[in-house]
Parts: sequence; structure tokens; C-alpha cells
Amino acid sequence: MYTEKVMDHFANPRNVGELENPDGVGEVGNAKCGDIMRIYLDIKGDVIQDVKFKTFGCGAAVATSSMVTEMVKGKTIDEAMVISNAAVAEALGGLPETKMHCSNLAADALHAAIENYHDKQTKKE
Amino acid sequence: MRHIYLDHSATTPVDQEVAAIMMTYYTEKYGNPSSVHGFGREAKQGLEEARRQVAALIGATPQEVIFTSGGTESDNLAILGTAQAMRKKGKHLITSAIEHHAVLETCEYLEKNGFELTVIPVDSEGIVSVEDVRKAIRPDTILISVMHANNEVGAIQPIAEIGQLARELGITFHVDAVQSLGKIPINVKEMNIDLLTVSAHKIYGPKGVGALYIRKGVRIVPLVHGGSQERKRRSGTENTPGIIGFGKACELIGKRMIEDEELQTKLRDKLMNGILERIEYVKVNGPLGEKRLPNNVNVSIRFVEGESLLLSLDMLGIAASSGSACTSGSLDPSHVLLAMGLVHEIAHGSLRFSLGRQNTAEEINYVLEQLPKIVDRLRMMSPLYDQVINVKLAQ
Repeated sequence: MYTEKVMDHFANPRNVGELENPDGVGEVGNAKCGDIMRIYLDIKGDVIQDVKFKTFGCGAAVATSSMVTEMVKGKTIDEAMVISNAAVAEALGGLPETKMHCSNLAADALHAAIENYHDKQTKKE
Repeated sequence: MRHIYLDHSATTPVDQEVAAIMMTYYTEKYGNPSSVHGFGREAKQGLEEARRQVAALIGATPQEVIFTSGGTESDNLAILGTAQAMRKKGKHLITSAIEHHAVLETCEYLEKNGFELTVIPVDSEGIVSVEDVRKAIRPDTILISVMHANNEVGAIQPIAEIGQLARELGITFHVDAVQSLGKIPINVKEMNIDLLTVSAHKIYGPKGVGALYIRKGVRIVPLVHGGSQERKRRSGTENTPGIIGFGKACELIGKRMIEDEELQTKLRDKLMNGILERIEYVKVNGPLGEKRLPNNVNVSIRFVEGESLLLSLDMLGIAASSGSACTSGSLDPSHVLLAMGLVHEIAHGSLRFSLGRQNTAEEINYVLEQLPKIVDRLRMMSPLYDQVINVKLAQ
């Protein structure tokens, strides 16, 4: 069902955890539908210095969360905004048809975290 | 890597004796049972012996047993066959909220085609109340279908009482006994059952073969036309090897049922209690003790999701199943758990272990050793578990 890469990210997820004073936090999904992804960002200048995630969900949910944090660390905010759910799935070598929509929300969580960062910046001004 | 199979409610390995006797009907006694010659006659003989074996396990006469391609076909035949036969008498069907999809979807199909359906709810343990069935009955009710024991949580239903009620009112009573056959006693006469669905691959028999018990005098319209096999109720050249295997499996499990029940109940309770002792925020789904199938364990583990649990167990060679949406291929978790009143998030975190003959105490110990570690790892990743940690830290 899942590729080797997906199983690797599921068994050895990268960047699990929280950040103490995150510059942006984004959460998508809900327990009712069976998936919740939360992404924490540390941003200095325009660069994502550190990223962590927490996820409640199936194998695809964990793997896509892990993969997106790997893809985004060290990138600029602009580069991060361009990362799509499809790109995350591709980086994992693909996901089963049925998993493409329900669990592949990691990029959405990332974008929500970036939006949250912008909101905080706006409030400071 | 270890191989610990704890998904016997999904399917079972074929017993060696069953496989052996099936093989002879593939390679030696391969005649068509409908043929006049000796090859056919000997196949027919085996077929009728298998029929006797199935009938004996459920308390029926052989003439009342029809062979099909499995539980799903038997459910379809029972429900569609009755609806067609009785449509002039009435158009109301009654079933329960926890039936297998083979029953529910067939009923829903009829609902879209001129029939009316009442779905009886269940209590928090997953059990139907006889009173609710009684209240649902109308003058135009032609069928009541309630399963004997539920596949997900092992809840055993009050079949005999419902049967008596149905018999008094002259309503056809169908029971899906796919999960209960060979695990707990069935007697179709004593339980007043008119139609009974059973399947081979849950009792160490082959996949692709089942049976429908049709009480003498009960009318059904066949689904499959084209021959006169199975007293014209189910045409098609018989799956002789499969049927022979089914018969043999029935004979074997009939002899072992009491012993199996004792052993499995012990292991079931060991596993269930072990999980409750070792892991926090866990609850059992379904009834305890005698109201539950001897081999069924079903728990909800909070803050983690079912498929992730299964993948983690699979990585250690342990096979189980879950009622989470991700494992059902739909957006909703198990309809059985929802019918029992579980909220979605609790249903998503459900885990089912179903024991079988070859499981040992040692295997159970291994699972009890590994499961807490699996849960810990997933909880560390879970945003839902955060609340718990924060509360603990605050204390």
C-alpha cells in the first residue's frame, strides 16, 4: 500500500515535537475526520530556521507531515508557500489514491503556520 | 521477524485436514456432481456428506442447507430472495444498526426500490433490544434480519428471543451467523430461525464458499438462475472442493468448539485486561464476559489513530484490524462503533484483536510488551496528547 519512503518517514519521522516560542503555528484537520496536523515555525529574517510537527492520523498523515518539515527547513517563506500537497506526495514516491486527499494536508498546515506568522507580524506593527 | 496473526475475524488459515480432503476433490474426485456417470456420483456423494456436516453444526436437516459463494451471497439471497417472495404480503424490513455491510447495503438497495426499512439502534455495548424490535414491527413487515454476533466488537445478540417473537407473528427471521458459527452454539430450530448465513473461511475452511439455511416451508426467490442445482435455489456447477472443505471444517470445529471456547476466552481476557493495566486512557468497546465472542478484543486507545497502530504492529509482525476511517476506505469510522455511541475521535483510535486456535499465551505476552511502546511513540507525536501532558505538568 505505502512506498518504502512513506514507511521510512512513518517509522522514523523527522522533526517531531514543539517549539518553545514559535514564530508561527498552523493546524489543519480535526479529530472528527481522523487527521490533525500542527506545524511550528521558527523564522529569522525570511528564512525558516527550525520546524517541528505534531500529527494525529494514519501512516500517510505522519509521513507527509514529516516530509514537509524536511522540505521546508532552511528555505525562505516564499519558497515554502510554493510547496504543494502534491509536491509532498511526490517527494514520498506517491500515495495511494484514497490517501491523496484526506491525509495529505501537510502543506496546508505549513501555509497556515506561515499565515499565522504574518498575522503576528501585522499585529506587532 | 515474528508472525503473530490476531485477525481471525477477518479470515482464518485453512486447517491441514481440510486442505488435504479438498485436494482430492480437485485432482481425483473431480466429476461434476450433476453427471450420471461414476465420476459425477462420487463427487455428489462428497457434496451430500458436506451438506450433512454443515447441517449438523447448526441443528438443521441437510435438505435445508444451500451452498453459495460465501457469507455475502448468502445474505443477499436471504434478503433479496425473501423480499421478492413476499412483496405481495408487505414491504417493510427490519434490521439492526450493527449489521455487516452485506446485510445493510442489501436492505438499503431494497429501500431504494420500493421497500421500507427500519434500522434498530443498539445500546452502548452494541446489543439490540428485543423490545425495540417488537415496537418496530408493522402489519406489513416481511423480514427481520439481526446478526448472531457482531464481527467488530463481538457482541452477542438475543437471537432466540427475537426468533420467538418473529415466529409468533409469522415474520421471516434471518440471522447472519458468519462470526458465531463454531464459536458459540447455534440451533436453528430452538432459536426459531428461518434463514441463517454461514461462511467457511472464518472457521478454518476455504474462502469463496458459504451456505444459507432455509427452513423447510420458507419461500425465497433465487438470485442465480440457470440450473437445477441446490434444489433450484442456487444454480451453477457446485464448488465441490470448497464445499467439501466447508463440511470438513464444520465437522472439525464442532468437535473442538468447547475446548476452543475455553482457551480463547482465557487468552481474550488476558489480552484485554493486560491492555487496560498497561496503557492509560483506554476503554473496551463492546460487552464483557459471556455476552462477548470468546475470541474478540476491541479497545479504543485515546489520542492515537487506528491505522498508525496497525502499521506499527505490522512492523513487528503482529496482525490486527481497526475501525478507523483510514482503514475502512471511507470518510467515516466504523458504523458499528458510531451506532454504539462512540464519538468519531474515539472510534478512529479503535483496535481489534481476534484470536484463533493457534494463538498462545506467549504471543499475547509479546503483544502486551510491545503495544504500550507503540502507543507511547504515537502519543508523543500527537497534538491531542498535549493537553494531557500539560495538565500533568501543571500538577
